[in-house]
Amino acid sequence: MSNIKYILGSFGDPDEMMHGIEKLQENNIKIHDVYTPMPIHGIEAKLGVKRSRLDILAFFCGITGTVSAFALIYLTSVVDWRHNIGGKPAFALPDFIPIMFEVTILFCAFGLVGSYYASTHLFPGRAPRVMDLRATDDRFIIAVDAQENGDHSKIDGLLKEAGAIEVKHNERKYISYE
Amino acid sequence: MSGHNESILREPLITGNDITYAKITDDILMPVENKPNRAWWIGFIVSLMGATLWLVAVSYTFWNGIGSWGLNKTVGWAWDITGFVWWVGIGHAGTLISAVLLLFRQNWRNSINRSAEAMTIFAVICAATYVVSHMGRPWLAYWVLPLPNQFGSLWVNFNSPLVWDMFAISTYFSVSLLFWYTGLLPDIATIRDRATGLRRRIYSIFSFGWNGNVKTWQRFETVSLILAGISTPLVLSVHTIVSMDFATSVIPGWHTTIFPPYFVAGAIFSGFAMVLTLLLVARKVLGLENYITMFHIESMNKIIILTGSIVGVAYITEFFIAWYSGSEYEAYAFINRSTGPYWWAYWMMMTCNVISPQLLWFKKIRLSIPATWILSIVVNIGMWFERFVIIVTSLHRDYLPSSWAMFYPTWVDVSVFVGSIGVFFTLFLLFLRVLPSIAIAEVKLLLKTSSEQAKLAQIKEGHLDKTHVKEYVESLEKFDSVKQEEYAKI
Repeated sequence: MSNIKYILGSFGDPDEMMHGIEKLQENNIKIHDVYTPMPIHGIEAKLGVKRSRLDILAFFCGITGTVSAFALIYLTSVVDWRHNIGGKPAFALPDFIPIMFEVTILFCAFGLVGSYYASTHLFPGRAPRVMDLRATDDRFIIAVDAQENGDHSKIDGLLKEAGAIEVKHNERKYISYE
Repeated sequence: MSGHNESILREPLITGNDITYAKITDDILMPVENKPNRAWWIGFIVSLMGATLWLVAVSYTFWNGIGSWGLNKTVGWAWDITGFVWWVGIGHAGTLISAVLLLFRQNWRNSINRSAEAMTIFAVICAATYVVSHMGRPWLAYWVLPLPNQFGSLWVNFNSPLVWDMFAISTYFSVSLLFWYTGLLPDIATIRDRATGLRRRIYSIFSFGWNGNVKTWQRFETVSLILAGISTPLVLSVHTIVSMDFATSVIPGWHTTIFPPYFVAGAIFSGFAMVLTLLLVARKVLGLENYITMFHIESMNKIIILTGSIVGVAYITEFFIAWYSGSEYEAYAFINRSTGPYWWAYWMMMTCNVISPQLLWFKKIRLSIPATWILSIVVNIGMWFERFVIIVTSLHRDYLPSSWAMFYPTWVDVSVFVGSIGVFFTLFLLFLRVLPSIAIAEVKLLLKTSSEQAKLAQIKEGHLDKTHVKEYVESLEKFDSVKQEEYAKI
């Protein structure tokens, strides 16, 4: 075995890259991942990335916010210490709604974004795991694991045929570590 | 992607015939990756002087107390709350562009959302500083929070709109910041991968390790959509609650049910005006004419006509109801507003907010950059006067003529306001230098479908309806960034 770890097909056009994915899949070559400078619609179906469940999570975070806000207001101004404001009732539900709404949004947004960062391993100072520096600029990169897929020249050929501008053989997985 | 061609009848969102993905990155990162030019330095130094003035004026207020402002026992709120509502209102356009236009799939938002959201965040910072400094004893600002305390377990009054406002503004600020920063991650990664040395390390920390793989992008889009969905009712609720600070009181001129929709429309109106004020200059100075086109400017002008007209209808309705309600105090408050000692402020507001935006019905004015820029400033002046009129004229004459008074600002009032504009511009100019002013990834999405060159290629293929092509070519005449001679032969 050579010490090549990953084969990268670098495309200048998203449609050609999609074509490249099809070509590789027709030949039963497993794709490690795809790196693009912008979201590509329809790619997740091709690569079998499952539908995100973040929306369900966001809903439950929101509900938690609603309940927490209600609990806070009820326990403080109805149970713990009633204010007498012009003889009006302490349990004034319509007055509670603005804060319940705001806290719903707050919990929903923070729960959602927090789980997104956690599930995709994004956090401040994380070492970027980048295979090709132009993947965030103008190149669409298909990465194939070279150890799992033996026939390198065939992969090269398929990528070139689909329109890859260049094909790289990387001996390190991530080039971004200094 | 290229399987679906966008209708030729839609105007292009990116102009120019030599745009590539690489060129988009280069163009947008030009101000970030190069040393600033003279225009930036002049703007920055002037803004920094303003920010310094703000620092002096706010410190003076903290040291000497609210007595250093021109408030008196009749007019207890004046420039402080005027400035607060003005800034919060300006912030609303950013969320509207990033959230509401995303839900409606308006692709023209892609090239203006980033700087509009930045504007939102900086405007809300300015607004928040007013809230803190008008408290008198800002070191006790935490008293607005429902914290367990030693005052006899007395909690905050949850029936008070001022407490609602605290929750609304802080939620709005933090959710806007999350939305903005999450959208920035791919673009910070772009800067990181093009930089070297220390610069790379710094942007690396702030990029959160973004690498643009399939799963991250897919989740990114889900997150953006949900954030847009929750930010839309949020932005409406924020100015609704700001308006309730007034509407739930029993002061004639404030006690009206029309306030929430009227304040929200006014907020969007002033926010879009501020976006235009900033972007018309930025597009020229940073050379972004191909991405922020005449189509964007015209669309924003149309929103200004719509919201300006809603505001106009609200003013007239308010006046009518003051008479129709039969409440003599309400009627007096409005007669006094338009003919009393503050008549000039009222008519200033009417002229700037209701009459002058109607000029935008004329296509020539709507498509003229200098006229649009001047009108955008006029709108912002008008919206400042709107808040001044609502606040000061309703307070200065109460039920006892013996306590009638006028409000005269001191140098501290003026300096806090002028200084807050300096703070805003300082932050905005710094933003232009360190972060991309246009969402790079989102603009790249438009290149293959909505750009001028993609449409030109479609025309050249020749399968299109001739009348549609003619209409499209005619629509290009307004673009200052399109080379018209290329279309002469088609």
